[in-house]
Amino acid sequence: MTRHVDVLVIGAGPAGLAAASRLAAGGARVEVLDREQRAGGVPRHCAHGGFGTPLHPLTGPACARLLADAATRAGAVVRTGVTALDWAGPRTLTTVGPEGPENVAAGAVVLATGARERPRAARLVPGTRPAGVYTTGELQQAVHLYGQPIGSRAVIVGAEDVSYAAAGTVRAAGAEVVALVTHLPRAQTTPARALDARLRHRIPLLTDTTITELLGHGRPTGVRVRHRDGRAATLPCDTVVFTGDFVPDHELARRGGIALDPGTRGPAVDGALRTSHPGVFAVGSVLHAVQSAATAAREGTHAATAVRDWLTGAAWPGGVPLLADPPLRWIAPNRVTPADRLPYVLRTTALLPRPVLHVTQDGRPLHRERPRLRTAVPNRTLTLTARWAHRIDPEGGPVRVTAG
Amino acid sequence: MTVTTSGPLPTGPYDVAIVGAGVVGSAIARRLAHHPRLRIALVEAQDDVGQGTSKANTAILHTGFDAVPGTLEARLVREGARELAAYAAESGIPVEPVGALLVAWDEEQLAALPRLAEKAERNEYHATRLLGPAELYDREPHLGPGALGALHVPGESIICPWTTTLAYATQAVRNGVDLHLDSPVEGAARHDGVHHLTTPRGPLRARWLVNAAGLHADTLDRLLGHDDFTVTPRRGQLIVHDKFARALVRHILLPVPTALGKGVLVAPTVHGNVLLGPTAEDLDDRTATNSTAEGLDRLREQGRRILPALLDEEVTAVYAGLRAATGVDDYRIAAHPDQAYVTVGGIRSTGLTASLAIAAHVTALLTDAGLDPGPERAPAPVRMPNLGEAFPRPYQRPDLVAADPDHGRLVCHCERVSRGEIRDALASTIPPRSLDGLRRRTRAGAGRCQGFYCGAAVRALFEEAQG
Repeated sequence: MTRHVDVLVIGAGPAGLAAASRLAAGGARVEVLDREQRAGGVPRHCAHGGFGTPLHPLTGPACARLLADAATRAGAVVRTGVTALDWAGPRTLTTVGPEGPENVAAGAVVLATGARERPRAARLVPGTRPAGVYTTGELQQAVHLYGQPIGSRAVIVGAEDVSYAAAGTVRAAGAEVVALVTHLPRAQTTPARALDARLRHRIPLLTDTTITELLGHGRPTGVRVRHRDGRAATLPCDTVVFTGDFVPDHELARRGGIALDPGTRGPAVDGALRTSHPGVFAVGSVLHAVQSAATAAREGTHAATAVRDWLTGAAWPGGVPLLADPPLRWIAPNRVTPADRLPYVLRTTALLPRPVLHVTQDGRPLHRERPRLRTAVPNRTLTLTARWAHRIDPEGGPVRVTAG
Repeated sequence: MTVTTSGPLPTGPYDVAIVGAGVVGSAIARRLAHHPRLRIALVEAQDDVGQGTSKANTAILHTGFDAVPGTLEARLVREGARELAAYAAESGIPVEPVGALLVAWDEEQLAALPRLAEKAERNEYHATRLLGPAELYDREPHLGPGALGALHVPGESIICPWTTTLAYATQAVRNGVDLHLDSPVEGAARHDGVHHLTTPRGPLRARWLVNAAGLHADTLDRLLGHDDFTVTPRRGQLIVHDKFARALVRHILLPVPTALGKGVLVAPTVHGNVLLGPTAEDLDDRTATNSTAEGLDRLREQGRRILPALLDEEVTAVYAGLRAATGVDDYRIAAHPDQAYVTVGGIRSTGLTASLAIAAHVTALLTDAGLDPGPERAPAPVRMPNLGEAFPRPYQRPDLVAADPDHGRLVCHCERVSRGEIRDALASTIPPRSLDGLRRRTRAGAGRCQGFYCGAAVRALFEEAQG
């Protein structure tokens, strides 16, 4: 049994829901699948603010509800508790849910499968395997969705925005944050947020410090840490939260043989969010693990135009590769066509004071831009406009972005 | 059906008490349960069966081709492998007969291959074959450069170690064995023909005693006055790679043992992952199941040579197990008829494979020593939930989902574990007492996200079942 829809969106997070809203409002038959029981994606369990717009600030859960309601009101069918398992054709997916297996064929498929934090094992942190070791995603769900108790003293690994959000969740659960620990020389968030944590909440920040071992059987008893200068110490704790270090949840993309970008490890897309497979688009944090819900939603909305064009017979341009040269870590989108207008997001592996981004193709300078961030920091977003895209030679070599 | 976890232990004497509910102790309990008249206790220190060496090993069903010929281990592995393959098919324990390749990376290893083939012959294994580099790379296209040849052992298989132990223990309990968890044996003495075991839950009495205490078998043996062997825990650290790595390897890639020691293996698992390991570190501490930076670095370095693309895939889990080495290349199984006592010690990494044959051997030792087992009746077969990727999982079976929609509700997405599987495990004969136990029964939380998506939901289901 195969059912047909115009657009099948996989993932009901901000990106998928925004794409579905726009497409359904335009009259397309849109279905959104999400394997979770509720739509909304990661914001469902981000009980803190920082969502919405400066004029209409929202918490994560409120943002999740708003986006899901908007998609449904626009006429999209949002089905939760249904898992897209694999591909049965170029734009056909096998699914399973409580009603059983079903194949859904679509004119266009939008992958919005999001990203996850790398857990302790993937980071190869040695030691014992006690319970009470979380990622932020698990911690937030445990505390905010299920009201589960956590320990009383938590060490947080990481010092980027999500790490500070995790610290907030630990405190909301009535536990103490022993320290934030980062191997980098400084926090990777706004100075205001870092200062607030340190001064108002008295949370120590250990910079240039790595976790070398987890201790304790059953429950953690502490973590061993080592400073870059060789000093070592044990931080007693009963909870450890590994934050950040996001990787795209690209299982469906890989199962479908969709080309991945070596930098982001997510699907390679052009500025219209087209992947290597005609009719298959990708939006949100699967492309760039991770950006804000606002960025993801903007991409979902942006992709709707190209989805509609494809459904009405537009061609599928290949674009040329867009490469970020070290110390830049990646750029997304990472292919470019002359028509692209979507701003780019980038990450760096090293601190770059007063960076200037240079865009070239085959040695020909196309563009030069000074990003808004005074200093580019790992784990924080740098942006680059697409004002130069129309100047590329679509038959030329890869376009390179370098930081000067 | 009796599984206890707290409160005083029964006061009446058992006919047989088996100390240690690992794969060996559980197999012995299951075998003795063929005799309905026997009152049997399976006594375990930890909160679940299979918590020691049985849960952290390389999960291989060996042929015994490389055992020391003529040893008890060689015979029991050979017999046990056949029996376990049949038992697995009957009980739904996932097994994949992928075969093994002993890959030679230098001339010394290459020269050792014919000797290993001869050894296999002496162990009554006749199917080995030497492969040249062309056929080797044809079979394993992702193998790193520089391999000179291999010995193919087609009979080596991979198996789910957790399901095996659980199947034995489940069948034992359903056929009348009392399983007492959280009952560490701290003392043992024998008066008037009855063993008195001391545990924090009070005494337990039994006429016959079987010591299957694994890493602690020598300690219990000494309590009974024997000083035959000392267990040196040998730590093996292992790295489990993402399911995306499964396509990189078709066989179990075994190292060729040489005078310089043994290398590491790369093996697929029935759960669809790829294992790299183990290290071999002799330790004093019998609780040192921690991984180390040096150990993991060394494994990664060796893995990079064997299967370079493996290192590009994410690591899903890291664990360390302790094997019970005793300084002798054989099992330490001994009957002490005067004491109505059998020691089953020194069961090393082959214990999983040999478990059913060890159980038969121990049963024979007990009856030879004077245990009257009474009439024999084959126990009702068990059918275990399938955790293997080579066989349909519940979410892949439309009939199951139609009959029970909870099998279509996936909770753990990475491993595609349904709410129905979790519910069934929580209500099973030997229910899990921790999230780790639930993971071993269902795979919930064992996948690449390690609980990022499902950890809290799985914990909620677990806690709901605890009431």
